[in-house]
Amino acid sequence: MTASRKLSEIAKTIRSKNAGVDKITFDVIFPDRDAYDRVRESSVLSRAVVCRIFGIDAAQITDHVEFDPALAIKFTIYRRMPSGSPGDADIFGSQQYGPLLDIDVPDG
Amino acid sequence: MPASIKHGRSANHTLRIVCPNGHLGFAPIKAGSFRIGCDCEPDLICADSGSCDVGPVPLGADISSSPLQWQMDDLETMLLAARRLGVPMIVGSAGDTGSNSRVDLFVGIIRDLAEKYSVPRFRIGYFYSEVGKDALRRRIVAGDQITGLDGRSPLDLANLDATERVVAMAGIHPYIKLLDQGADVIIGGRSSDCAIFAAPAIRRGFPEALAYFYGKVLECASLCAEPYGGKESVLGEITMDDVKVTALLPEQRCTIASVAGHAMYERANPFYEHFLGGRIDMSRCRYEQYDERTVRVTGPSYIPAAELRVKLEGSGKIGERYVGIVGVRDPYTIANIDLVTAWARQQVVERFGDRGYELHFTIYGRDAVLGDREPLRATPAHELGIVVQGVAPTKGMAEEVCMIATRQMFYARLPQVKGTAGGVAFLLDEVMPASPAYRWTLNHTMRLDDPLELFPTFIAEVGV
Repeated sequence: MTASRKLSEIAKTIRSKNAGVDKITFDVIFPDRDAYDRVRESSVLSRAVVCRIFGIDAAQITDHVEFDPALAIKFTIYRRMPSGSPGDADIFGSQQYGPLLDIDVPDG
Repeated sequence: MPASIKHGRSANHTLRIVCPNGHLGFAPIKAGSFRIGCDCEPDLICADSGSCDVGPVPLGADISSSPLQWQMDDLETMLLAARRLGVPMIVGSAGDTGSNSRVDLFVGIIRDLAEKYSVPRFRIGYFYSEVGKDALRRRIVAGDQITGLDGRSPLDLANLDATERVVAMAGIHPYIKLLDQGADVIIGGRSSDCAIFAAPAIRRGFPEALAYFYGKVLECASLCAEPYGGKESVLGEITMDDVKVTALLPEQRCTIASVAGHAMYERANPFYEHFLGGRIDMSRCRYEQYDERTVRVTGPSYIPAAELRVKLEGSGKIGERYVGIVGVRDPYTIANIDLVTAWARQQVVERFGDRGYELHFTIYGRDAVLGDREPLRATPAHELGIVVQGVAPTKGMAEEVCMIATRQMFYARLPQVKGTAGGVAFLLDEVMPASPAYRWTLNHTMRLDDPLELFPTFIAEVGV
């Protein structure tokens, strides 16, 4: 069995925020190139894994990019409903990243 | 001023802007770093004051989400500094929403401040961004499609009818027009954040690509610096070749990581920024550490739009709203909470039928924040807090919908429950009036012939 660490121990920033009124975007930013590369290569934030974590279809992911200047993996998903509609309990989309913190990243 | 801030200007033709706040009024400007910024010979002081992040209620109800006193305080800080320095001041997306009433509010505050402090005469320019529903109706009827963004369908008459208010997102054009007319202070209606900063730069002949990027990097003030800390001022400088951004709070720095990280903040994709008239491509941007607290950026490109399309934001009222709060501690009740809410909902159906109102149960301790996307919703906490929302056409009906649902959770009939004296715990034995419920009815774009056609400008003299 390989050793692993939590994403929250490796990333510098893990955040979510509205991107307009119909989407929420997630930024996972790493402190150095090594950590960034390790997580990219591990695929623990791939489109398929994101779908599994949130229980959504691939079509719900509008963007999924690696952004080298910021050492960041970024993806964007459609909201369940437009921000601030009755029943939406996260108007800013700022707490949707919770399930990402405990993702296991295999040691490289 | 810390010695590390490079005070000398670049040798080239430059334009310097201090941005004191990324959402003016939403939380107060921090005075210390703003004072430092004013000592850096800025050519303008600019800030954005709006966001659709505050949800659809302020636009729909035509109110601010920021407290009036904070708006007055921030405008006072900016106005007195700008007039003392003799440089223009620009505020875009006035009063959170950029609706006409918010522009009037800010213009009124500026007039009052000018009188209160006997500010020597100056010119105030302002413009509106609201779009009339009749104009949109004519477009739809004429077959000129109002196109949905982010997967939305084209606007139809039903959604238009359900809409209370629409604002259009201005580009640089009304700002340039007002600067050309000699405005010393500009209060803008709803605008693209980057346009507020790009307008004076483009007017002075700087390349569009750099100018829009300049706006993009400055618009959230110190959110482009580290360590994290909002509402501190930052200083931007644009030349014909580059953009530089400097953190002004002595404890903060702009780093490659912080500036690049900000480039992707609250947008779906880090490579493109769209606005009326085109977009910039940031995928080949180069970020360099220029000095200890300054980052230099080169390499964005500007792609003019083949067709002018303006973004529209619209909010429509769903109904009046009441809120109830209950707690649950019995593990059996927690395990069967969906039966409890189903029972409560059924009691509302028996009274009002199943249409003509909305009823929402938000279950804190299980899946309130993520809803059905919560991976841990099968393992709820040992106690739950449930917020019940009733939304209906009248306050009386909303209150009753909410009261039935809240109180009937107390009487839910679970077969094995031990506690037969009440199934939930009440924080208050009442339901509370909340803001009316609204929804975003428009997140669309519309074709324009002229980038100024939706944005009438006005100019007046104020002061003594």
